[in-house]
Amino acid sequence: MTTAADAPEQESWFQRNQQRIAPWLFLAPGLLFFMVYVIIPVFQSFNLSLYEWDGLGAAEYVGMRNYEDLYWEWVDRDAFYISLKNNLIWLILYLLAIPAGLFIALFLNQTVWGIRLYKSLFFFPFVISQVVVGLVFTWFYDPTFGLLNELLGLFGMGPLNVLGDERLVTYGIIVAGLWPQTAYCMILYLTGLNAVDPEQIEAGRLDGAKGLRMLWHIILPQLRPATFIAFVVTIIGALRSFDLISIMTQGGPFGSSRVLAYYMFEVALSEYGFRMGYGAAIAVVLFLIMLCFIAYFLWSMYREERGH
Amino acid sequence: MFPKPIEKQPRAAQITYQAMLPIALLLWLGPLLAVALFSVKPAADFTNANYWGLPSSFEGAVNYGLVFFNSDMPRYLLNSFMITIPTVIGAVALSSMTGFALGIYKFKSNLWIFFMFVAGNFVPFQILMVPVRDLTLDLGLYNTKTGLVLFHIAFQTGFCTLFMRNFIRALPFELIEAARVEGISEWRIFWYVVLPLMKPAIAALSVLIFTFIWNDYFWAVVLTQGAESQPVTAGITSFNAQFRAAYQLMSAGSIVAALPPVAMFFLMQKHFIAGLTLGAVK
Repeated sequence: MTTAADAPEQESWFQRNQQRIAPWLFLAPGLLFFMVYVIIPVFQSFNLSLYEWDGLGAAEYVGMRNYEDLYWEWVDRDAFYISLKNNLIWLILYLLAIPAGLFIALFLNQTVWGIRLYKSLFFFPFVISQVVVGLVFTWFYDPTFGLLNELLGLFGMGPLNVLGDERLVTYGIIVAGLWPQTAYCMILYLTGLNAVDPEQIEAGRLDGAKGLRMLWHIILPQLRPATFIAFVVTIIGALRSFDLISIMTQGGPFGSSRVLAYYMFEVALSEYGFRMGYGAAIAVVLFLIMLCFIAYFLWSMYREERGH
Repeated sequence: MFPKPIEKQPRAAQITYQAMLPIALLLWLGPLLAVALFSVKPAADFTNANYWGLPSSFEGAVNYGLVFFNSDMPRYLLNSFMITIPTVIGAVALSSMTGFALGIYKFKSNLWIFFMFVAGNFVPFQILMVPVRDLTLDLGLYNTKTGLVLFHIAFQTGFCTLFMRNFIRALPFELIEAARVEGISEWRIFWYVVLPLMKPAIAALSVLIFTFIWNDYFWAVVLTQGAESQPVTAGITSFNAQFRAAYQLMSAGSIVAALPPVAMFFLMQKHFIAGLTLGAVK
């Protein structure tokens, strides 16, 4: 090592400024990809929503007309507000996955023989594709042979055509979506329960806390990180619901199970479609709804960062 | 431990619990078991309305044989692997670097760039749909696996960066400082010091991204069409259209399509769960 001593004089500009340049070199490829495929397209969609465009010819600037069409439903009757309402139903009912997941996690948080396998098998629904989940539940609801009607038949009820009924269809699809989502929340809580401080539980027991009181006052506060993540992924999952609707009903019957995500796709890329600007306007509305939650998540993360 | 360990409960409670476990599991997985049952039935059972009874004969080999040798399914599966594996490699590679940059260096815009990755990861797909489709068309990559892979890598980089950065933050910073004192270049610190320590994070992300991408349906529909490039999630809808009302084949096809991520999960369970909790719940 003869160069070590006289290295300082030979240091190139790059070597001297290494610590300032290095982060940008490490960031460059990832940032470039992310900019091109995610960040810039968001702005492009905003811009596109002010145009009328069929995806091939020239785009015509129409100002806010796409949004007016949405607001007054001049183009598609009974589409936008039904989608919006269904989005809201999804958002609220999907949150049931959190208590349901907690319930199953509490049920499985034991150390009996074979429990590890049970936990894995309960997690199963999350790992399989929503396309398959959709198919499975379509059969479950099938009016001629579905298990649901077989069960209802036992109690002298039915038959019920869940996916063919405008009033039931959205709830039917949400139940299908809750199945994997509950599994996800369950695994979050199982990991969380593992980390609960045993001393605090003992202290609680000495104070005479048990059952629900113990859960509420001692366990849940310690599960807060798990609850936060469960909340984030469930909200995002609810607003992203597309696969199940596309597989199970294609938005039907008569558009009654559409959500914004599906409606946008239908407008822009299906046989009804190629109204790109109009679709972009729908996407912008969905994005703005999501943005409220994204801002909240980032705010929480920011406080966490400051806390460190 | 909460709830109270069952071993400390009366004998009756223990037996009830042990009995309830398999029942609960059967109910929970009921819909899947039904598909598994369908997939080994002969076609005749469905025409005779024997939907939920035992198979009149065991036709598993016939049904799965047809899926594997007489349909486009192997093609779709291969496509799925050819889309998923490069995406995993690409996203992990890019995000180990971005995660390293954001986790180790202090510079002004650090937190903003980090938040941009996080926020981008949460946007609805629809707002990206038209521009990304156009970009892919312009690049001449529409209806190719490459087009899909490039987008997936870019989008997954957001989530992966979140994960990697938080993981690197938790590493002992003294290691890096010590290396700097030794005069080791930043690239070598990344490669020889940090990367070996990131193995658990890389494993966790790999299994997770594998599952996400394998199960992606939306982008497969938006960016591809036809058997030459479609992954299995999109392919199965054409498969099902082809074998409409052949429930035994649709079931067998679905099970085949669902199997790889399931296998991945069982093989790498520990890493998978570490990834799902975003590293935030230990």
